[in-house]
Amino acid sequence: MIFRLAIASLFARALTVGMTVLAIALSVALFLGVEKVRTGAKASFADTISGTSLIVGARSGSVQLLLYSIFRIGNATNNLTWQSYQDIAARPDVDWIVPISLGDSHRQFRVMGTTKAFFEHYKYRQGRSLAVSQGAVMDDLFDTVIGADVAATLGYKVGDPIVVAHGLASFTEHKDQPFRVSGILGKTGTPVDRTVIVSLKAIEAIHVDWKSGAKAPGRATPTDAIRQMDLTPKAVTAALVGVKSPLQTFALQRAINEYPEEPLLAILPGVALQELWAIVGIAETALLAVSAMVVVTALIGMMATIFSSLNERRREMAIFRAMGARPFTILGMLVFEAMVMATVGAVLGLALLYIGLMIAQPILDSAFGLWLPIEAPTLREFWVIIGVICAGAIVSLVPAIRAYRMSVADGMVVKT
Amino acid sequence: MAGPVLDISDVAYRWRGQAGFSLTVPHLSVAKGESVLLLGESGSGKSTLLSLICGTILPDQGKVTIAGTEITSLSGGARDKFRAEQIGVIFQQFNLLPFASVRDNILLPLRFAPIRRNRVADAATEAEKLCSALGLPDHAVEAKATALSVGQQQRVAVARALIGQPPLIIADEPTSALDANSQAAFLDLLFAQITAHETSLLMVSHDPRLGERFDRVIQIEDIAQIERAAT
Repeated sequence: MIFRLAIASLFARALTVGMTVLAIALSVALFLGVEKVRTGAKASFADTISGTSLIVGARSGSVQLLLYSIFRIGNATNNLTWQSYQDIAARPDVDWIVPISLGDSHRQFRVMGTTKAFFEHYKYRQGRSLAVSQGAVMDDLFDTVIGADVAATLGYKVGDPIVVAHGLASFTEHKDQPFRVSGILGKTGTPVDRTVIVSLKAIEAIHVDWKSGAKAPGRATPTDAIRQMDLTPKAVTAALVGVKSPLQTFALQRAINEYPEEPLLAILPGVALQELWAIVGIAETALLAVSAMVVVTALIGMMATIFSSLNERRREMAIFRAMGARPFTILGMLVFEAMVMATVGAVLGLALLYIGLMIAQPILDSAFGLWLPIEAPTLREFWVIIGVICAGAIVSLVPAIRAYRMSVADGMVVKT
Repeated sequence: MAGPVLDISDVAYRWRGQAGFSLTVPHLSVAKGESVLLLGESGSGKSTLLSLICGTILPDQGKVTIAGTEITSLSGGARDKFRAEQIGVIFQQFNLLPFASVRDNILLPLRFAPIRRNRVADAATEAEKLCSALGLPDHAVEAKATALSVGQQQRVAVARALIGQPPLIIADEPTSALDANSQAAFLDLLFAQITAHETSLLMVSHDPRLGERFDRVIQIEDIAQIERAAT
């Protein structure tokens, strides 16, 4: 009966109680949302590359190698010579090796030269392969396969011609050798979406007439002549390596790192991803901390609401006291009310989160390649809700203890 | 029950934080089934006396005995429970919880008083019976407390004080918010109920015209003294 009366009392103050509950709900939705984005981003990040044992490049730092070879952020300071590439490829423990050649761009997107093996061996999101959604993998020297974001942003269709620019953010274009879009990849949520993929030989072909990063004046080798040339590269930017047995990974890594002919670096993608996340993750943690503060703010708002209701409810408390309620019962009622508000707020917040997810999921996926799965609430979310309810109860103790003192002092006599 | 329902002897109370103000009550007794009107102007210590009787404040000395139990010797929680069992309280006005139904308001004291609850076979039916005995319209029990007129609310307060038959009813100017006709009707109904249940009634008022209905009328000056230190 006391609980029913407490609920009835809450309903009687529907407007202020509703506002308080809404504030809690929004803060909880924000907190859980940030948490979802955080775990989603982390998972999405870790899912960028899988199935690759080692990434090999010129000796630099492991995070730097990962950034330029996989995320296409920054540049390689040096290359991996074709001779070293061949040596590694010839090792008995190497199952497969895929070269990556970077350095050119098309509009705001990076151009990557590789072989057809890339489509076979590059895996993301726990072993998923790249899929060509339209057209086919490049066949001709001047064919290109573009990522989903490239196609969507620039409006390209299969068969469209594109011109590759030399270097990054450059106005010098390889106009003599236009490419043709042969295929468009499906959305992956990885940097592949923002990459223009050409064959390794094509990278050589467009640089035939170039010397030391500038176009040699007056020279323009006809396309047909280029096709007849030996287009084996002298160097590549990096290589993805798969080993025959996972047990050989570390031995191969050591062998590459100690390669005597050239300073090389082999990294384990998973380890490098974690190192990178340790840097990127701080911002996410800060965001989580801020949203936790928003929850605290909402709870303090609830405390203020209870405080301001105390004076107008003195009469109510005096009636309870006259009927034989102990001051402790008054305290318990106020804490119970706060817990009801916090519970309704937290559950409503969870509902808002799911509504928000349903709306935001396709938008986030297409805009950022961030896929947030809509799943049943996890234990973690359950604990967050329990935490909010407990915090609500603790916060409400402050006005409840005041009400306790008031009802001891007032007893049943309140002059209205 | 042989002894008086209420017995106060040699009680003295000093207001905290107001040095020099004190109330002393050498003796006050109310017998079983007796109705007593306590007359006094505001500021004469009536409210303090009622708080002492109800046990929400404790005297600095002396004894307050209700139905044979010396409440001054009980702990705070036990006094609250004892009050719920022994005393029905009617305030001047704003007696009811505004957000609750009339029925919940009437049944509220039973929540804190298991003996009173056990005395009532079917609490919901008893609430309806009391309501009709007090002349409240049918289905008034379903209504929200604030939907009733002030006079009706005061009658609901009587029903709440009476339910489960506590031996003593304390009423603090219950008629002052009512007009003359309503006052008479209210008192008729109240007296009919306390006579039927042999309940003792201690009513505080400033209106001597009410006196003729009561077994005994006491001027508060005759039983209690307020001392004020010279300023």
